[in-house]
Amino acid sequence: MNRIATVIALLLLLVLPLLTGGTYYTNLASQILIAAIFAMSLNLLVGYAGLTSLGHAGYLGLAAYISSWLMVKLGWSHAGSAAMAIIATTMIAGIFGLIALRATGISFLMITLAFGQILWGLAYRWASVTGGDNGISGLTRPSPFGLDLGEANQFYYCSLVVFVLVWIAIAIFVRSPFGATIRGTKDQPRRMSALGFNVWLIRWITFTACGFFASIGGIMYVYYHQFISPHSLSLANSAEMLLMVIAGGAGTLMGPVIGAALVMLLKNVASQYVDHWVTLLGLVFIFIVMFIPGGIVAGFERIKNALSASK
Amino acid sequence: MSFWLIQSLNSLALGGVLFTLAAGFSLIFGLMRIANLSHGAYFMLGAYVGLSVIEAGHSFFLAILAAAVAIGLLGCIVERIILRRLAGNSLSQVLATLGVAFVIADCSLWFWGGDPRPVSPPSFLAGGVQIMGLTFPLYRIALVIFSIFIALGLWVLLDKTKLGVMIRASVDDRQMAQGIGVPATKLFSIVFCLGAALAGIGGIAAAPILSVYPGLDADMLPIALVVVILGGLGSLLGAFIGSFLIGFIYSFGQALFPDLAYIILFLPMLIILAVRPRGLFGKISA
Repeated sequence: MNRIATVIALLLLLVLPLLTGGTYYTNLASQILIAAIFAMSLNLLVGYAGLTSLGHAGYLGLAAYISSWLMVKLGWSHAGSAAMAIIATTMIAGIFGLIALRATGISFLMITLAFGQILWGLAYRWASVTGGDNGISGLTRPSPFGLDLGEANQFYYCSLVVFVLVWIAIAIFVRSPFGATIRGTKDQPRRMSALGFNVWLIRWITFTACGFFASIGGIMYVYYHQFISPHSLSLANSAEMLLMVIAGGAGTLMGPVIGAALVMLLKNVASQYVDHWVTLLGLVFIFIVMFIPGGIVAGFERIKNALSASK
Repeated sequence: MSFWLIQSLNSLALGGVLFTLAAGFSLIFGLMRIANLSHGAYFMLGAYVGLSVIEAGHSFFLAILAAAVAIGLLGCIVERIILRRLAGNSLSQVLATLGVAFVIADCSLWFWGGDPRPVSPPSFLAGGVQIMGLTFPLYRIALVIFSIFIALGLWVLLDKTKLGVMIRASVDDRQMAQGIGVPATKLFSIVFCLGAALAGIGGIAAAPILSVYPGLDADMLPIALVVVILGGLGSLLGAFIGSFLIGFIYSFGQALFPDLAYIILFLPMLIILAVRPRGLFGKISA
């Protein structure tokens, strides 16, 4: 049943550019796929390890700024700058993890928030490198294997390939025995450590993996916009990513993807009518937390179970 | 020499402002075990409310009073309508306060516009005083004294009154306190309302030196986090020492290394987390 649904969803995603008939919707679809990469990576921490982070946009910023800077200022190639950005971001995530994992729960959230703000502050104030408020522009999209990614459909397919690869990697990661230990540290950290598992190390590996997958999203993000500014690292952006995870359903594979699609659609539809997306974001946040805390996927499951039970 | 003296006064003034912000944040955390992420927004909204009162031709004191009452009421409403329904689930409560912060920030932008708004200090505090041939701005001196009075008031409240005893008991051991009849729910309301009002007062009191602008909330919230992580969550003394420490680090950082001041601000937090995660005076382990 689930397998059939996945195949149908993939087929739909494959023919999507033919159905939408316009670059606007194709571009929106690309943005949703990129947002889904961020949400899926954040979900590793929030959903599986039970550590709620409010600094996820920082990884977007790190990967995007490092690759832009290497390409625009130093003239590196696309492949070289992207690889370097992913390596550097993952390493910085590892260092952040050393400090942030001194705490759990609300304190962990406060520390990640502070990290996010440090990176935002760096991007904003360290103008000689980051261009300050103006950001870095002048970046081009790569053209791997003779593809022209400047064109909306081709970029969409490239995003789709990256998205599916990340999805498969994360699915393998969380379904592996290691994935089971991550969930164990979330539910019963003390029992896990009594059983001889190194809870701290398991969390640190998850934290670093979260940074690694997010850095891939950051590269796609900067290729899509061909521009990066401190605005992309704002607390509101981190909160938006967290909302995608929670709204869709933390700790499920599909939840963050659905959440990303919903938040991005809402943002695009809403911005056609009102220019106060942030107010709406705040209200949606409060609404989700108060009324559907398990997320939409869990909500559907509950309805499905109730229906099948009544048969 | 004069540079050090003037910067020291600036540091003290900023520390005083930070204290009004961090004291409430720390108390709320200690009692309710939640990080109130709308605290920066209350600070900014307090400044805007005060600004409007001053622009309507009223005095600075009325502005402070109005900010305290308005933001205190708002805090009360948020606590009653949103946080109380999420009781027992601190993560949801924290995320809800973040949602509130976004709504307040965006609505303030809507209502007061995007330009920074200067606020002038009350006329009798506008000038400077001459000490040893140096001119010190009078308002900053008044701000330091004002914050010390607030700290004294809070100390008396927490240490000398029955309400304070109940609050301290709940911070130390909530279950035990509830078991012997301390009305926890009522305390939550009072402390959240008080913390919000303090943030509002801090906002308008700081307005003459920081001015009011969209994004003030996002600037102040991380600083409040740093202060309480440094000083220790739930500790008034920690918030006091932490505020002045950060006041000094930020003022001198800004004067000596303007590009990196914002980063230097976070260094003490990182060191404390590495060495002593519960903070300088914290009782609650992070």
